[in-house]
Amino acid sequence: MSTYPVESIRNFSIIAHVDHGKSTLADRLLEITGTIAKTHHNKQVLDKLQVERERGITVKAQSASLFYSHEGANYLLNLIDTPGHVDFSYEVSRSLSACQGVLLVVDANEGIQAQTVANFYLAFEAQLAIIPVINKIDLKNADPERVEKQIEKLFDIPIDECVRISAKQGTNVEKVLQKVIEKIPPPQCNTADPLKALVFDSTFDHYRGVIANIALFGGEIQKGHKVVSAHTKKRYEVNEVGILTPNEQPTHKLYAGQVGYLIAGMKEVTEAQIGDTLFLYKQPVEPLPGFKSAKPMVFAGMYPVDQTEYNNLKSALERLTLNDSSVTVHRDSSLALGAGWRLGFLGLLHMEVFNQRLEQEYNMSVIVTAPTVPYKAVLSSAKLIKDRRAVQKDMLYIDERRVILKYLFPLNEIVVDFYDALKSLSSGYASFDYEDAGYQAADLIKMDILLNGNPVEELATIIHNDKAYATGKFLCERLKDAIPRQLFEIAIQAAIGKKIIARETLKAYRKNVVAKCYGGDITRRMKLLKRQAEGKKLMRKIGNVEVPRDAFIRVLKRQTDK
Amino acid sequence: MSPSPKWGAPPRPHRRPVPAVALLPQALLLLQLQQVRGAGGGRGGRARLPGAGGTHPAPPQPGAEVGAWGGGFVGAMGPLSAYPQPPHLLPCSVTSVFFGGGTPSLASPRTIAAVLEAVAGAAHLPAGAEVTLEANPRSAGTARLAGFKAAGVNRLSVGIQSLDDAELRLLGREHTAAEARGAVEAARGLFPGRTSIDLLFGLPGQSRGAWARGLEAALGLCDHHVSLYQLTLERGTALAAQVSGGALPAPSQDLLADMYQTARAALVAAGFRQYEVSNFARKGTLSTHNLSYWRAEQYIGVGPGAHGRFVLRGEGGRSREARVQTLEPDAWMREVQSRGHGTRRRVVLSPLEQLEEVLALGLRTDEGVTHERWGRFSPHLSLEAIFGAPGEAKALQQQGWLVLDGGGLRCTWRGLALLDSLLPALLCQLQRRWAPPAAPALPAQGAAPAGGGGAPRRSP
Repeated sequence: MSTYPVESIRNFSIIAHVDHGKSTLADRLLEITGTIAKTHHNKQVLDKLQVERERGITVKAQSASLFYSHEGANYLLNLIDTPGHVDFSYEVSRSLSACQGVLLVVDANEGIQAQTVANFYLAFEAQLAIIPVINKIDLKNADPERVEKQIEKLFDIPIDECVRISAKQGTNVEKVLQKVIEKIPPPQCNTADPLKALVFDSTFDHYRGVIANIALFGGEIQKGHKVVSAHTKKRYEVNEVGILTPNEQPTHKLYAGQVGYLIAGMKEVTEAQIGDTLFLYKQPVEPLPGFKSAKPMVFAGMYPVDQTEYNNLKSALERLTLNDSSVTVHRDSSLALGAGWRLGFLGLLHMEVFNQRLEQEYNMSVIVTAPTVPYKAVLSSAKLIKDRRAVQKDMLYIDERRVILKYLFPLNEIVVDFYDALKSLSSGYASFDYEDAGYQAADLIKMDILLNGNPVEELATIIHNDKAYATGKFLCERLKDAIPRQLFEIAIQAAIGKKIIARETLKAYRKNVVAKCYGGDITRRMKLLKRQAEGKKLMRKIGNVEVPRDAFIRVLKRQTDK
Repeated sequence: MSPSPKWGAPPRPHRRPVPAVALLPQALLLLQLQQVRGAGGGRGGRARLPGAGGTHPAPPQPGAEVGAWGGGFVGAMGPLSAYPQPPHLLPCSVTSVFFGGGTPSLASPRTIAAVLEAVAGAAHLPAGAEVTLEANPRSAGTARLAGFKAAGVNRLSVGIQSLDDAELRLLGREHTAAEARGAVEAARGLFPGRTSIDLLFGLPGQSRGAWARGLEAALGLCDHHVSLYQLTLERGTALAAQVSGGALPAPSQDLLADMYQTARAALVAAGFRQYEVSNFARKGTLSTHNLSYWRAEQYIGVGPGAHGRFVLRGEGGRSREARVQTLEPDAWMREVQSRGHGTRRRVVLSPLEQLEEVLALGLRTDEGVTHERWGRFSPHLSLEAIFGAPGEAKALQQQGWLVLDGGGLRCTWRGLALLDSLLPALLCQLQRRWAPPAAPALPAQGAAPAGGGGAPRRSP
């Protein structure tokens, strides 16, 4: 690693819209530089997570160090693969802070898309060198000329800076590497400076502890060094440093400008905060500017299936959120479901991937509900009369193509599906940000759910007057499906105070007896009856209505169908 | 074994011409047993052939025809037998024989006769024992039925299902309404007062009116014993596919309930006694055989998939076993021929399990579970002790679904239609309140037992 002076280092990222070919390009780059052997098994090598492979998407950013010779000189190219989905633009921004340039990949047929634009702005604002790469030129409908013109018009980048490639076939990929060396500047840092390392990602390994991905902004680091975290002030001894190829490969030392990993005896997930700065003991440095913290856009309540699993879920969440610090976590509790959490995600895909990882990597199954939104109850509430729940506050044009709209929204209007709907309606181009505007008096009421006149505590909700009927009806319908028929009719009602606002009726059984019961039927019959008897023992009684244990969970569960 | 035809499916076609003995695996044989009164545990006496009135012919030599069946039968008796070779004599009497399963009427009368002889050779088969054969209308011509009668059959159950040609086609039956009528009439001629018919209701698209008319037509045809079944759509049948695909309407729960209730009422008004959920009899023509199931008596099943419940005395025990024979016909045959029996599984029923069966089966009948019958299975805890205390049974009584009185525990008229909603609660109560009888204490050495009778004793 010492043979690579700072001038020979290039740190770059690949950014693009979904499926434009980032990961394929990354595969090719790895092959060309000999980092991985050239076989046709190299499909999206950097997508290590099971969920990534299954869904064909990149979730976690991974990095790899490539070695390349060009015109007689040896170069060290650090590539950071990035997620393409809109939900993970935060991960992209973190990786970019460790880079000096990016490859902006655009599909030669699709042309510029929503994430192309969004990622471009991210890189542009971070003042990185941008190399446009037009991919998939091998396909029939490819029109690289048109795309080049688009790029020139929208991003103001001259056409001759574009590189046309086919990542799948490997066409012209070598040219990309050359461009990286030519156009992307080496990092501006000095090995003579004191150590200053940025933690831009991390993974938790059962045997080795926390493996932190670091980018050195100054100095050097090796085994045995004592480092301090700027955030926690804790001291660690470095056990191992190395580069990623893309698997961990230990080296003796890492130098300024280089990207790799570090293992320093950190055991707890909270010890390696993303965005943290590490420096040598007794040589403190100015910590690197913190990242913009991710704003969650979609919220959900998450509860263990059984309260005995609470601690397991707690530690699984802790570990998973280390590797995904864009998830916000707050403790929460529900009468029906017990103690749990309210989690915030960058988007629905983010939440789904998170759940899938919980299941696959930590073997946890959870109940996901619509979240509770904090309310302050005031005894006498002033009523705010509004036409709509959102009030427009401002409208501002950025340039002839972009406009900012400002609205005042009640938080619970956006917690579940707003972000997703917005993205759909705007084909992904709209972006969304919010800040807390404090508590406002609102027309809220408590809605009860009754079974044959008896209230079900667990399902009582505080809800806005306008939404009461729709929600009440919805809850009644779901409850009707979750309760088995009984010997008498069951009235399922939603009520506000004494007033019934919605109702479903579960009719009584009129015939429930099996027709045949001879010889062989008897054994089968007894088995079934005994199972039903067991089930009965587990039922709850609300008034005279027997309710299965999981009925409330089924009612509260967030619907996964879109 | 009672029949379990695949409703809505066409009858299985024969794949190859088969000799008489191989046809038999399509039929199942069930024997009801009863301890011979006054037999005194002796093993003397010879078997009697049914209908042979007092003569004592030698037991037949097993011929090629009955080889498998006779052997199978013998094997199924298992430990009941005193000796491994026929003829062996049981201290039991067979009270009824039932030929069911696939389509027993396809077997030849000779085969039926041979089987009955084998039964008589192995146990006491009294002349008056009920011998039922299930018949398919297509194989119930007069000549055939006469053959069965001569073979020893004295009761016939005809599976007509419906007397409407369109309905029969819907069900995939091969016979026509006319053939059904003919079969029943032939049966009544040969087995007067001992003919029963099966009827289905709840067919897709069937109206209340159509069912009422069909029932009336059937009553005009057979006025002694009727079995009424709600159609169950078996997965994999063409009819099931049509209904799930939406080509045919599935009858609503309300419609099915109506059809059942109106049928019950109509039959009772016509003088029938509904003695079980699905079975109606006039002039005392109840099926002895089926009653034994619901009264938790003892029965042996012979044939592929046949079930049995009986107490093994041979080993000196008193445990009631649940047994089942190998399901697949060819495998069953092989096992009988090689091992001498086709029993696949034997499970001893615990006292509680026996009581659960007594309860679940007994409540299907109009007489319910009598105190006497309950007492046989639970001498130490009466019906009153278990179901009389405040609990599920009392609540159900108050709601009008059950009765517990001097006659025992039984469903009310309304309750019978909802039995499967009542049983889980009653089973819970039974499980909660039942306990095995307290073990008698060994007297302390030299000391007089403390307390009066019934006081709890310390275990040594």
